[in-house]
Amino acid sequence: MKQIRWHGRGGNGAFTAARLLGVAASVFEGKSAQAFPSFGPERRGAPVLGFTRIAEKTITDHSQVYECDCVIVLDETLCEVANVTAGLKPDGVLVINTRKSADAVAQHIGFADPSKIVVIDATDIALELLGNPIVNTIMLGAAVGVTDMVSMESVEAAIDDVMGKNLREKNKKAARAAYNKVKEAVMQ
Amino acid sequence: MSKKAFLSANEAAAYGVKLSKPHVVSAYPITPQTTLVEKIADFLANGEADFKYMMVESEHSAMASALGASLMGARTFTASSSQGLLYMCEMLSYVSGSRNPIVMVDANRSIATPWNIFGDQRDAMAMRDSGWIMLFVESGQEALDTVIQAYKIAEDPEVMTPVMVNIDGFTLTHTYDMVEIPEQEEVDSFLPPYNTTNKMDMKNPKTLCQSVGPDFHTEGRYLQQKAFEAAKRKIVSVNDEYAKLTGRSYGGLIEEYRCDDAEVVLVATGSVAGTVRAVVDEMREAGKKVGLIKLRSFRPFPKEYFESVKDKFKAIGVIDKSISFGYDGTVFSEVKSAMYGSSAKMANYIVGLGGRDIPKKMLEDMYNKLFGMVSGKNEAEVQFLGMRWE
Repeated sequence: MKQIRWHGRGGNGAFTAARLLGVAASVFEGKSAQAFPSFGPERRGAPVLGFTRIAEKTITDHSQVYECDCVIVLDETLCEVANVTAGLKPDGVLVINTRKSADAVAQHIGFADPSKIVVIDATDIALELLGNPIVNTIMLGAAVGVTDMVSMESVEAAIDDVMGKNLREKNKKAARAAYNKVKEAVMQ
Repeated sequence: MSKKAFLSANEAAAYGVKLSKPHVVSAYPITPQTTLVEKIADFLANGEADFKYMMVESEHSAMASALGASLMGARTFTASSSQGLLYMCEMLSYVSGSRNPIVMVDANRSIATPWNIFGDQRDAMAMRDSGWIMLFVESGQEALDTVIQAYKIAEDPEVMTPVMVNIDGFTLTHTYDMVEIPEQEEVDSFLPPYNTTNKMDMKNPKTLCQSVGPDFHTEGRYLQQKAFEAAKRKIVSVNDEYAKLTGRSYGGLIEEYRCDDAEVVLVATGSVAGTVRAVVDEMREAGKKVGLIKLRSFRPFPKEYFESVKDKFKAIGVIDKSISFGYDGTVFSEVKSAMYGSSAKMANYIVGLGGRDIPKKMLEDMYNKLFGMVSGKNEAEVQFLGMRWE
């Protein structure tokens, strides 16, 4: 089973991204998936978590996620208020929206292994392609580029399935841009 | 062809309501209400469903207006949670005593005070003697399917008793997974329109929700108890009929999971049953003979089942997300009483209160404690697990 944790701020779509990944895995790839937000009151701007579980076998586990194969951080200022590497498995990966290098992020958060950190300037892509700094689908594209948890085609199908008509095309384009960028970086 | 969608249990339950074609939905929309009634309102706004939606000023009024509609012979739905359910409490016995087959969903959440909007089952368990059938579900799919089944059970002429479908707050209500939504025609073939003589009818006038003195009161209560006996059979037969239609069965009153050769079992109610399932699989792989008894119907309580397995297992642990202060966990006291004279070791684990997580490790610890009891270790009968000071 793959377990993914999303760090975001209330109202910025972290949980929507967690759900999109679940839709991509279950509805479009026939796997079992589960998505849930951090439980409790909803507050715009407050640090929030989202979770996605993906498995070949039916998921019946309703406990919280304690170990992560992938952690996705939508806003680097969250590193100041949350332990973003908590529960990250030895072979796990942290994908973070930042202009810093992986080395600089590792040093900043006091994490020993920069090779497990993938950086992407998602805000830059968002401003260019969406016209606002909402990075949830971009970070989804980046995380899928790093991990291949699902195919990019399934992510696009999930965006079509879940998002409003006027958001679909530009979000697919932005997610694909991040996916390509990460794949290119891996090639080098 | 049924359709598959990635839904929260609240949304799944809302589909169950839509497919049951109620005439009236009444709800108080403010905290601790959940997104369930929002989704139902969406169906109405989108023209996907047609019913009268009553927005009322309190949960008490929600149940009172549901009763009013039901007294006119309408199929009726409402939902609440936590303090909302407690505020509704007065009306619950009006509905059950007047034998109106209303179906409601309770999103199981803790009760004040201290105020906490997170999940546990103390709200529902406080309603134990309200005269409502109380079913608990393990997943969004089961929530959808059980709402539909609930109408068929409630409206059965031998039963005519309201049903509360319990869905764990957050761990189910706000958790998304894949749900199969049956076709309307499929549900129509299973659930006929509600047709009753227990209603206000100008051609056949009668008194409803009446005042009854000592001369007849006991007989009314006796008939309610008989109705619950009928419900015991009906919950099983309705589950079987639904399974034939959709291929999905939940066992009826209980479901045994890997119990055939089990030495040690846990009894679980609601979403934690799913987590226990995962732990059972892992421990079975390690050669431990463990099993799960999922309690689906709390009222009527499957007394005969527990009586029948009283000497089947070496130890039985009961997980409770509620406690009857001064006695035991609410489910445990029922299991223990039904298994009177059992040779099995028994223990009660109070966990998951006010939204605290029940991790797999904690469930594994329960099984290991039970194995310890089998090999002669003494343990307190009722234990709060995972305390901060442990």
